[in-house]
Amino acid sequence: MRRFRGFVVKEFYHIFRDYRTLLILFGMPAIQLMLFGYVLTNEIKDAKIVIYDPSRDVVTRKISDKILSSGYFVLERNLVSVAEIEPAFKQGDVKLALIYEPGFAGKLEKTGKAHIQIIGDASDPNTANMLVNYASGIISNYLVSMNSKKVPLQIIPEVRMMYNGELKGVYMFVPGLMAMLLMLISALMTSLSITKEKELGTMELLLVSPMRPSQIIIGKVFPYVFLAFIDACIILVLGKLVFGMPLLGSVFLLLLESFLYICMALSLGILISNITNSQQVAMMISLVALMLPTILLSGFIFPVENMPGIMQVLCHLMPPKYYIIIIKSIMLQGNGIEYVWNETLILIGFTALFLALSIKKFKVRLA
Amino acid sequence: MPTPVNIITVRNLVKKFGSFIANDHLTFEVKKGEIFGFLGANGAGKTTAIKILCGLSYPTSGEVSVAGFDIYSRREQVKKNIGYMSQRFSLYDDLTVFENIRFYGGIYGLRKQEINSRAHALMQRLGFEDARNKLIRDIPLGWKQKLAFSVAILHNPKIVFLDEPTGGVDPITRRQFWDMIYEAAHDGITVFVTTHYMDEAEYCDRVSIMVDGKISALDTPENLKLKFDAPSMNEVFIKLARA
Repeated sequence: MRRFRGFVVKEFYHIFRDYRTLLILFGMPAIQLMLFGYVLTNEIKDAKIVIYDPSRDVVTRKISDKILSSGYFVLERNLVSVAEIEPAFKQGDVKLALIYEPGFAGKLEKTGKAHIQIIGDASDPNTANMLVNYASGIISNYLVSMNSKKVPLQIIPEVRMMYNGELKGVYMFVPGLMAMLLMLISALMTSLSITKEKELGTMELLLVSPMRPSQIIIGKVFPYVFLAFIDACIILVLGKLVFGMPLLGSVFLLLLESFLYICMALSLGILISNITNSQQVAMMISLVALMLPTILLSGFIFPVENMPGIMQVLCHLMPPKYYIIIIKSIMLQGNGIEYVWNETLILIGFTALFLALSIKKFKVRLA
Repeated sequence: MPTPVNIITVRNLVKKFGSFIANDHLTFEVKKGEIFGFLGANGAGKTTAIKILCGLSYPTSGEVSVAGFDIYSRREQVKKNIGYMSQRFSLYDDLTVFENIRFYGGIYGLRKQEINSRAHALMQRLGFEDARNKLIRDIPLGWKQKLAFSVAILHNPKIVFLDEPTGGVDPITRRQFWDMIYEAAHDGITVFVTTHYMDEAEYCDRVSIMVDGKISALDTPENLKLKFDAPSMNEVFIKLARA
């Protein structure tokens, strides 16, 4: 135990004397969270629209008011002719154009039918789609409120999004970011710190000493369990305070699952450092083989369901995917272990697999 | 100060990597308290043998006992009784002199007071008192080498293995380093040393010379020079390597 304590103390010296390590450990979570939170947002707020309204009657004005007061849109300007629509888009800022037909209220009164054209700027298809949906939703809402006295029978589907009612991106990327950063810190940092000892030749000295290899590895990994755990807490607290990420389930269970995930990533880091002797290679493997798949294949940014078959199979081999499922389930749905035991077991399985491979590889090298 | 007691016994040690035979039936003893030079050209199998003796790797076959313990069954005991210094003077750059000493003392299970008193004595002997809190990266190479050696024998091992301990340092520092080796041997520590410098071979009590995985000569430097009719160990080595 005395040996172990001395070992861990030394490991902390390494970490706290290297400002780059510190920067990655504590700067990264905050910076990433802010980046993903503010830059990579796919929510719509204050999208600029132009309106061409030749009829200027009570109905069109009411509809325009409703749209502009929804919070999704702000009026760039009113157009005086249809010809101005395209130049307005071409200037770039305008995302949506709303065109009423002339004599709108009158036609609606007489024939029960009037036309509005909604034109979206589909050079950004996702945004355009969403904006058009929002706008037509607002218009049909208005129609319903107008008609409710006249038409007796109507089927109005009321769509409600469960667990993330406002379709906020933050609910998606906080779990994704946790999966990514914990993986990065645990796997990358441990594999770097172990390969560093190999490069320096100090690993030989440690192996010649009476410390067992398992003690050496645990001693090297232990500080990172601790630090990764702090990082997980930083992300959770920032997510909650800055972005209002909910945490409906048990905090204890969430931390426990995070601990399991950290152990999984650490065992992966150990495996990487067993494969290579150089810090550079360890870094490349960690970044290319861990980071990219975590971002692309874990369902963090791109939905797994939309990928071609072979990619979906690959996705199932990505440990972060299961962690993301688990924490979303706990945070957003408030579920307990009875809903996530399946994924938990898979994570335990991955951990065991990576550790077994490392031990096997280590024995081969020793023989 | 060599004694008749064997502290390392190697019988028919064979180490194969696939079809390549790195150590081909090595048989030798090292006496307690002697300075044993383990020489050989690059790739002759020195490092492989030293790794086996230190418990970093297992032999393919043969009997090996180090410090009186069998390396297969009593590995823990072997490790407690040996010290090791590699050619890279492996110390942690970002730790101070004292922190390095404390760390290596710690992994050999020394108590705090013990570490402190030994560290103090060590730094006094080396004249390092002022450098106690300096980072290793800020001290000269020669100091690192002396410190690495002192750290390797901090836990009073029975044997210390030195793998090319004088690589890359100037002749004066090398000479000083050998004074330290003599001191350690005088204190009863057996020194097992590999080197490329043939003048250093002359300082050893006995030397073995490996060629292509086999020990082709083993005796005192004087006897070897007589036997091969050579004025220096350098000549002996060249004659052997060319034979």
